[in-house]
Order: sequence, then C-alpha cells, then structure tokens
Amino acid sequence: MAQLELFLQTLISGFLLGGLYALIALGMALIMGVMRVINLAHGDFMMIAMYIAYWMFTLFGIDPYISVFIAAPALFLFGLFIQKYLLTPVMKVESILPHNQVILTVGLAMVFSNLATVLFTGNYRSTPVNYASSAWYLTDYWKNSPIELSLSMPWTISFIIAAIITVGLWIFLTKTDTGKSIRATSQDLDAALLMGVNVNWVRMVTLGIGLVLVACAGCLFLPIYYLYPALGKQFTNVGFVIAVIGGMGSTDGALIGGLILGIFESLTATYIGMGWAPAGRFAIFVAALVFLPGGVASIIKKWRLGK
Amino acid sequence: MKKFLPLIIFAILCFVPFVGLSTYVMHILILVLMWSVIGMAWNVLGGYTGQVSFGHAAFFGFGAYTGGILYHHLGISAWWGLPACVVILTALSLVIGYICLRLRGAYFALATLALGEVCRVAAENLVEFTQGNMGIMLRERTWVDKTWYFYVILIIAASTYMLIKLVMESKLGYYFVAIREDQDAAESLGINTTFYKTISLCLSGVLTGVAGAFYMNYMGYIDPATVFPLSEVSIAVVMVVMVGGAATFWGPIVGALIMVFLAEVIRSLPHIGAAHQTIFGIILILIIMFLPNGVVGDFGKLLKPFVGRRTSS
Repeated sequence: MAQLELFLQTLISGFLLGGLYALIALGMALIMGVMRVINLAHGDFMMIAMYIAYWMFTLFGIDPYISVFIAAPALFLFGLFIQKYLLTPVMKVESILPHNQVILTVGLAMVFSNLATVLFTGNYRSTPVNYASSAWYLTDYWKNSPIELSLSMPWTISFIIAAIITVGLWIFLTKTDTGKSIRATSQDLDAALLMGVNVNWVRMVTLGIGLVLVACAGCLFLPIYYLYPALGKQFTNVGFVIAVIGGMGSTDGALIGGLILGIFESLTATYIGMGWAPAGRFAIFVAALVFLPGGVASIIKKWRLGK
Repeated sequence: MKKFLPLIIFAILCFVPFVGLSTYVMHILILVLMWSVIGMAWNVLGGYTGQVSFGHAAFFGFGAYTGGILYHHLGISAWWGLPACVVILTALSLVIGYICLRLRGAYFALATLALGEVCRVAAENLVEFTQGNMGIMLRERTWVDKTWYFYVILIIAASTYMLIKLVMESKLGYYFVAIREDQDAAESLGINTTFYKTISLCLSGVLTGVAGAFYMNYMGYIDPATVFPLSEVSIAVVMVVMVGGAATFWGPIVGALIMVFLAEVIRSLPHIGAAHQTIFGIILILIIMFLPNGVVGDFGKLLKPFVGRRTSS
C-alpha cells in the first residue's frame, strides 16, 4: 500500500509540474512555429521575470501570483524590442553559417545570466510566502481513505493559474485576428504574406507572447522553487526537450509533451535518484528523436486524419 | 609567399620556447593552440558542412575522460588517451551521428546540445567510473616545464591544420561544402549526404577529442564541470570560430588568438572582470550583426573605413 501511495503521489506531483512545464514550452513552441528559431534564451527570460517578481515581493510585499500582471507586460515590451532591433535585422545579414538567430539568442542568454550574477550575486533566493508549505490532505475529506495523498497548495494554485493562462492563449489564437495571423504565419509564411499579413509585426507579437507565457511560468514557479542567476539554462533545456517531444512548433504537442515530461521526471527522481532527473529528461528527448521524430503532434495528426 | 605562410608561422612558433618567455605567456600560447585545434575541428562540421553543433563539449570531455580513466583505472599513462580517444571518439561520433544527423538545421544544433548535457550529467552521476564531481587528478605530471607541452600541442595543431587542408582540397571537402550550400541539391546530384555528414562529424569529433586528451595531460585535473560545460566549451568554440571566421582555414586560429587573449585581459580588469560573460555575449551579438563572416572572412569589410578615409583625405 505504501508503494501505491508513493506511486500516486509521484504521479500527482509530476502532473502539477508538467502543467508549469507546458507553459514554458508553449511559448517556445509558438516562437519556433512562427520564426523557425529556437529561443535558447527562453529560460533566461523566465529568470528575468522571476527576479522582477522576487523584488516586487521583497520591496513592496506583492505576492508572486499578482506579479504576473507586472512581469508579463514588462517582458512583452521587452520581446517586441528584441525582435525589432535584434532578431529581425539579423535575419537580413548574409553569412556562411545558418541559424544566426539561434546563436544570437545564445549571446542574449550569456548576457542576461551574467548580468543577473553581477547585479544580484549568485545567491539562491526564494520568496517566503506564508502558504508555501500548506497542503490539502485526502484524509481530511475522506476519513476512511485507505491511502494518504496530499496536494501542495502553492503547486495546485500555480497549476490552476497555468491552466487558465493556457485556455486564454487558446482563445487568443483561435478567436482573434492577431491570433489567426500568428497561426497562419506559422503554417505557411509565404501564403500568409500573400494574404496581407504583416509578418514583421506578427513576429514581434509572437516573441512578445512567448515571453509573456514564460514570464507567467516564472512567477508561478517562484513560490515553489528557488531563484538563482544560472537557472535559465535548466528551463531552456526543459523547453526545447518538450518542444521536441511535442513536435516542433506545435502548441497541442507542447501541452501534452509538458505533462509527459513532468510525470517522467517525477518518476525518475523518485525511483532512480534526484541526480539522474536531468539525464532522464534527455533520455526521453533522445528516445523521442529516434523513435518519434514528428513528436506527439504527428500522433495527433494521424488520429485526426483517421477519424 | 602566401603558400609558405603556414610554414613560416610554424617555424617561428618552433623557436618561441627559446626566447625565454614567462610561464604565464607559455600557458596562454598553449591555450591558444589548443583552442585553435578545437576551433578547426568544429569548423569542419559547422563551417564547411554547415551542421552547427552546440555539443562539442561532449567530444572534448570524452577525450579528456578517456585519458583520465585509462590512468585512474588501468594505471597507465594518460598520454595513451591520445591514441585511445581516436577509437573511442569515432565510436561516439557514429552514435551521435546516428541520432542527430537525421535532423536538419537548428534541430541538429538542439540535439547536439542535449547530448552534450547528457554526457555531463552522466559523468557527474557515474561516480564509480568517473569519480563524479570529485574529478580525476594526475598524481604525477610528465613535465614540470611547459616547453614540451607546447611542442606536443604545436604538433597536434600543425597536423590538424594539414589534415583539414588536405581534406578540404580533396573531393570530400567539396562534398561537405555542397551539403552546406544545399542539402537537397547535393542529394539529387548523388551525394550520400548522411554518409558524408557522418564522416565530417567523425573527423570533427576525433580532433576535438584529441584536444581534450591533451587538456587532461596538460592540466592534470578534470571534473565534469570543467570539460563538459555548455558555455565554457560548447558555446566558446562557436564563438572562437564565429569571431575568426567560419569556413576559413585561418579563422579558428585567429579566433582562438583573439578570444584567449581577450578572456585573459577582461578577467584581469578589476571591476569588469566578473562581467566577462556579458562582454563575450555582447561581442557575439555584435559579430553576428555586423561581421557575420568573422575577422578573416570579412577582412575587406573591416579595412574599408580605414581605406575609405585615406582616399578622402
């Protein structure tokens, strides 16, 4: 029974983690789909958002969940700026090496994480919110339950907010004009251009929205995680691993991929060892590359066509 | 004159130890030569074949650990790592090639990045085999003086240069460039692109591994954080080649010279030293935006303002 309890508890925490991972990956998938660029500074943008939320909490006592409304618009503007003045000009530069933009994002990542170290020191920080360790227990609600399961409160709140943001993104992408042009650009750049979509504007908005999503993820992670300047790399890895599992640039895939990775990592950490969790992440990445190059998106596509 | 330039430079470098430079300068020169080897190796895959890799730390680290593990577990000299890593890295390159080379463009870059990280995490966790984060230390150094290390890496660098020149001027080199320019066109002309990309990867991987094995012998201590890191090896080698000029013979060497000296200078500055990564990042961004083919590739562009001014005055 204890074994079953452990397994279910691992599944639950993996699921909650997966929801947050999905939010990171959604932003990356959007950027990948529209610009064909892998944003290797994705995690570092998240780090910036987390520092914003952290200082808001330390200086003004603003709860990290409320900082979403501060960090997200800030990063949206930052994204517009970066796309307009850095990424778009680089697109026109002639060079032997392809993927100039990817290398550019690597440069950005270096600058951000190092500047954060210089400005805020390399110390680990966290926001001591008063609900950090509260949880809901199954036995409180069902007295004779044979097994005991708990649901950490900050994790659950973060997961629910992540779900709301995801639904909001879905409505934005399917119902609004800008959302539709983003999807059109992602499907076929030339066709979108011919239909009168202002592709440069769409690219700016896409990077902005991608950063908004990752900023939200950062604010949601802050109450349950700690913060240090080199944190970005780890979450960049998470983002692109999910993007590959999900299928390049597919938002549906990114959602499912996020949940898969969250559960998988949680299982590795419980049953093999904490140190191996990153290796498990990459093992599933390599497995996806070898056995399922199209990612989860290819399965979804097949299933839809079959229907 | 231009034909003999490499020979002249080689001859000058042969006499450098007799000048009586300080140990510190010799150390810098050794690092420059080592980074030129890694840069030239990366250039084969990234510059000529057009497959940008962000995971060369995997090859570097494997090379270093080959020497280290031979010494630690079998008790033989770590110099055996140099020949041994040729075999081991060919095998590793074949595995990585099988996984990654089916991917194109930026996805290849991602896959190599991930594999580099896998190697680091594995080296950290396989404690019985690699000593984990404790690292492997050579208890006795071959030479105290740096002169012989300098000659060893000089010979490695010179042979790397010759080998790459030989390859790139042969049919193989033209295949590589054809794949970079247009993979589909190359395929339709009957070039087995996967096969030649694998050869390019093997060549690049083995040369990087040799540099890694040399590093093990030279520094006498390795741990996963120094030989498998993303920013200090994988990204640094991309920077070396980008600064010097991708797909040029001299680019990686010039790039290594600039980057190693720059790193030393920036690190020694009192207040800015801590921000050296920021400065490197900004340099990388500026290079991509304004000098996309590096110092060697865009040499004409670099001279233009000076030449222009001369004609106007």
